[in-house]
Amino acid sequence: MKPSPFDYLAPGDLDEALGALAEHEGEAKVLAGGQSLVPAMNFRLATPSVLVDLNRIEGLAEVRVGDGELVIQSLVRHRDLEIPATEDATALLLARVSRLVGHLPIRVRGTVAGSLAHADPAAEWCMLAVALDATIVARSVRGTRRIAANEFFEGLFTTALAEDEIITEVRLPLLGNAGTGFREKSQTAGDFATVATIAACTLDDGIVADARLAIAGAGATPVRANRAESLLVAREATPDAIAVASRAAAEDVEPSSDASTSADYRRHLVEVLARRALDDALEAAS
Amino acid sequence: MTSVTLSVNGRQHVVEVEPRRTLADVLRDDLGLHGTHLGCEHGVCGACTVLVDGDPTRACLLFAVQCQDSSITTIEGLSKDGALHPVQQAFTDNFGLQCGFCTPGFIMLLVGALESHSVGNDEDLVEVLSSNLCRCTGYRSILQAAKQAAAELQAGAGKGAR
Repeated sequence: MKPSPFDYLAPGDLDEALGALAEHEGEAKVLAGGQSLVPAMNFRLATPSVLVDLNRIEGLAEVRVGDGELVIQSLVRHRDLEIPATEDATALLLARVSRLVGHLPIRVRGTVAGSLAHADPAAEWCMLAVALDATIVARSVRGTRRIAANEFFEGLFTTALAEDEIITEVRLPLLGNAGTGFREKSQTAGDFATVATIAACTLDDGIVADARLAIAGAGATPVRANRAESLLVAREATPDAIAVASRAAAEDVEPSSDASTSADYRRHLVEVLARRALDDALEAAS
Repeated sequence: MTSVTLSVNGRQHVVEVEPRRTLADVLRDDLGLHGTHLGCEHGVCGACTVLVDGDPTRACLLFAVQCQDSSITTIEGLSKDGALHPVQQAFTDNFGLQCGFCTPGFIMLLVGALESHSVGNDEDLVEVLSSNLCRCTGYRSILQAAKQAAAELQAGAGKGAR
């Protein structure tokens, strides 16, 4: 199908873009990579009457490292993260995750910030933001605010972002030398995950000092497996401990069934992929 | 209507377009370049893949108005002086097409991947090819063609050609 008609604006700077969004509040959409928005427009699931294209704005496509954070600006493409910006565990994890986001033609255009704004429940970047407690920096003509990832995703394709706001930065804490794990099951290569998991752990003398476990594809938003995490911390990282934590993670998710995948199967995948991600993370941490 | 200058296969075209028209529509309907095929129109099948500034891109997910100042290459722009591009030749040599509907998309995908991105081994090639669909399911010969093209282009790159 073809999109419904819209006015196309291609502002040359951010203030102009924010002004346009404010002026057309509720009718305008932000266009960055367009790899989720344009399909939705072609299906007429999205029918904005104004499109504000950010791609002509200079200085919005930087990845930088500083103050213990890795900062990803609005127009950073999935592909830009395939080569790690530093040797830090966060950058290395981003490189692994980015290679499983869609296919090459999608990765050269689609953006990380756009993926967060779209908030697909199975999206890798949304899960990563939740796993690492990312901060999403949103700007509008009203000012700038920082939104914690755990408050950003409100439901299926629904975020805390207001209609006049643009994500200018996604800030991810550097994990130092933490061990990380990323596992995904999808129907076909490059497809959205059926279920995916991210784990990040540090060990202190064989004892788990910090454990993070996030799950995508088993609910309306990506979630942290809080009980599984606390079952691991301050304990020895034995296979039994990992199995118990993974089972807890599977018990705590609230998956639903759809045409291709039953809720029971998703829950099963959560247990298996949580265990594998934790195995990877703890092995890398030791 | 918006006026856009498109650079396609090295030629400049000035077109008046509605913003909602995709690059694929304008290539086909305004410029008569029917080699770019439209399948699913939501970025899944890859039949409309063209190069935008060297990158393989879904022409159904890009509005033509976004392409001002970009350099676009379609399947029509690949052959030079009557000689097929090595990727086209490899598809011919390996029977990499059946009905042919998906072929331009596969070829542009591979040209973009092999010329502008690092494709290290056969596993990488399979990953690249997984982007596009062939409903004749002729993937084995497509992969065979891709391997030949990759070997040739990499050997060529070593000699400074192409």
